[in-house]
Amino acid sequence: MSKLIKEDIDKFFIAQFESFENSLNGESKKPLHSKRKTAIDNFKEVGFPHAKHEEYKYSNVAKIFSKLFDVENLSDDSFSLSLDEAAKYFIPELNAIRLVFINGVLDSKLSDLDTLPKGVHIQAIKTAADDYADDFEKHFNTHKIEGADNFSELNTAFTNGGVFVKIDANAVVETPIACYYFNDAKNADVISQPRNLVIAEKNSQASLIESYVTLGENTSFTNAVTEIVIEDDCIFNYYKYQNESDQAIQVGATMVHQLGKSVFNGVTLSLNGAMLRNNLNIAIHKEHSETNMYGLYLLDGKTHVDNHTVVDHKVANCESNEMYKGILDGQSRGVFNGKIFVRQDAQKTNAFQSNRNVVLSDDAEVDTKPQLEIWADDVQCSHGATVGQLDLDQLFYLRARGIDKQTAKSMLLNAFASDVLSNIKIEAFRTLIENKINERL
Amino acid sequence: MLSIKDLHASIEGKEILKGINLEVKPGEVHAIMGPNGSGKSTLASVLAGREDYTVDSGEITFNGKDLLELEADERAKEGVFLAFQYPIEIPGVTTTNFMKTALNKIREYKGLEPLDAVSFLGQMKEKMKLVEIDQSLLSRSLNEGFSGGEKKRNEIFQMAMLEPTLAVLDETDSGLDIDALRIVANGVNKLKNDDNATIVVTHYQRLLDYIVPDFVHVLFDGKIVKTGGKELAHQLEEKGYDWIKEEAGVA
Ligand SMILES: Nc1ncnc2c1ncn2[C@@H]1O[C@H](COP(=O)(O)OP(=O)(O)O)[C@@H](O)[C@H]1O
Ligand SMILES: [Mg+2]
Repeated sequence: MSKLIKEDIDKFFIAQFESFENSLNGESKKPLHSKRKTAIDNFKEVGFPHAKHEEYKYSNVAKIFSKLFDVENLSDDSFSLSLDEAAKYFIPELNAIRLVFINGVLDSKLSDLDTLPKGVHIQAIKTAADDYADDFEKHFNTHKIEGADNFSELNTAFTNGGVFVKIDANAVVETPIACYYFNDAKNADVISQPRNLVIAEKNSQASLIESYVTLGENTSFTNAVTEIVIEDDCIFNYYKYQNESDQAIQVGATMVHQLGKSVFNGVTLSLNGAMLRNNLNIAIHKEHSETNMYGLYLLDGKTHVDNHTVVDHKVANCESNEMYKGILDGQSRGVFNGKIFVRQDAQKTNAFQSNRNVVLSDDAEVDTKPQLEIWADDVQCSHGATVGQLDLDQLFYLRARGIDKQTAKSMLLNAFASDVLSNIKIEAFRTLIENKINERL
Repeated sequence: MLSIKDLHASIEGKEILKGINLEVKPGEVHAIMGPNGSGKSTLASVLAGREDYTVDSGEITFNGKDLLELEADERAKEGVFLAFQYPIEIPGVTTTNFMKTALNKIREYKGLEPLDAVSFLGQMKEKMKLVEIDQSLLSRSLNEGFSGGEKKRNEIFQMAMLEPTLAVLDETDSGLDIDALRIVANGVNKLKNDDNATIVVTHYQRLLDYIVPDFVHVLFDGKIVKTGGKELAHQLEEKGYDWIKEEAGVA
């Protein structure tokens, strides 16, 4: 396999698009396809993000892609997964509306599509584009948002296998919707680009979990985009969980459009992967909304995790809270970039941001950068970032009471992580994460 | 029980302890007094196994074991307890959870089963009474936002829970008003028996009115320069430390 330069990667994806387009037959006349075509044209302008792009300065996706990915050895679509095998990766004891994706494509046999609770509509995004044409016209890739980049364009261009979720007005959905994305890297490298649209209609409540797994030792490249549209008086909880293989590259975005007065809670949990880049882009369109963003990255080996968050306060009287925490061991690398926009109209905004890191080894590294752009004058904003080591006084205090070093370390790191973990409101899920952390620490 | 022979210890290349000798037998109370900076906390930390300090020479045996061979947590499991001069705050860890972990680690070391929830809570209640500490304090993060007095009481509460054979109390009296001092001293006295021993580090005699020492040692510039009975503490209170310095020929 020869090493690809960025231009080769661009060409590869453009060629992929052409063959994808050829496979679409009659579909290419539909409105969805004109969105795809616009997106690939936009993508072509600057191509695959790499280190020369400011937002990818610390996360050279092109470089790791060319290092790990073999475009001549691509997985075909013949893979199927048994429910038993898939179940090993489900969140234990979780009662959920389960959606299973294979290589980015919703698998209706492994998913709970027949037994949906009242007020919940779920179907493949391709057919939903027809069946919910009005919703699509209104919401699919129509809301401009800060932080969208060329990976988002690439994802839009390949919109095909994702899912459409709609929560009806006034529905309170107690069962979380759990999306499990499986990549088949058993015999060859794999690309998956799930594209989802979630609409929470007014006065509804729901929770969405997204979990990513690569099976096998080959490389996977996931470029996932989930758009979430939130109307008035909604509470929407979102969880992203990444415990990927060492050969998994993941980029993509969660784009949250708080169109109505609403509450959004997001928790991003990153435990493993080659390179994981999470864009969390949130736009607040209506007054008296609340936005909470929490994140924990617990890294070792060579895992590289980059969280780029944007919260765009467009209107007055809203509050955003952000707390990301990192624990880094081995040769891992953490990147945090938190942007807060407070527009001229967004008076009386409260925006808080913190990013704290504990570095456990000499070779681990953190880059953290808050970016505040404030155009209004009557606002309260604060931000803080710390990078430190385990506190030796605390460690000694625990040990002086008979607690061995390993346990003491684990207690301190769990305590450090606890104010992120306490925001996981789904108990079975929180238990799983706590167990994973304990295994690691 | 404890035997310290010609102990020299340093930190960052600076020698702090310059030849300490001390023998402690079961049932005894020893007071270590001395001016600020004389090395009292250093001695306490070296006994507890703090790794920042380097032991350059000398030996410490504790119940027949070479203490210097043991890690900090192993020393605690063998029955050494240090009540910290400055107890550490640990956000996110409650005192209750901390004590449960510590107690069960020590029990495991001794080959005992972990304490069940009911017995643990029972023991907590009993020991809370001893130092008049409130339940609500113990379900909060360890020492976080505690007043100075609450922190010191929490130290003695932990001592009561862990029932050490050798307790080293490092300036447990500092920052305590007279009522709190009585409570703390009373707690310490109730925990005393013929099989355990206490080393009380202080630079005021006041605490020693309540916890009455069998021996008083004066530590000066890293050495024990004088040893006497409890009356020595009164002499120090009256006359200060200068006469000791002169007597020891170090002034
Ligand atoms: N971490 C340290 N680094 C350098 N010197 C220290 C350190 N800790 C203590 N010392 C020095 O050791 C000496 C003894 O300190 P300490 O044991 O705390 O005395 P005491 O408890 O008797 O007041 C002091 O001179 C102090 O400055
Ligand atoms: Mg001291």
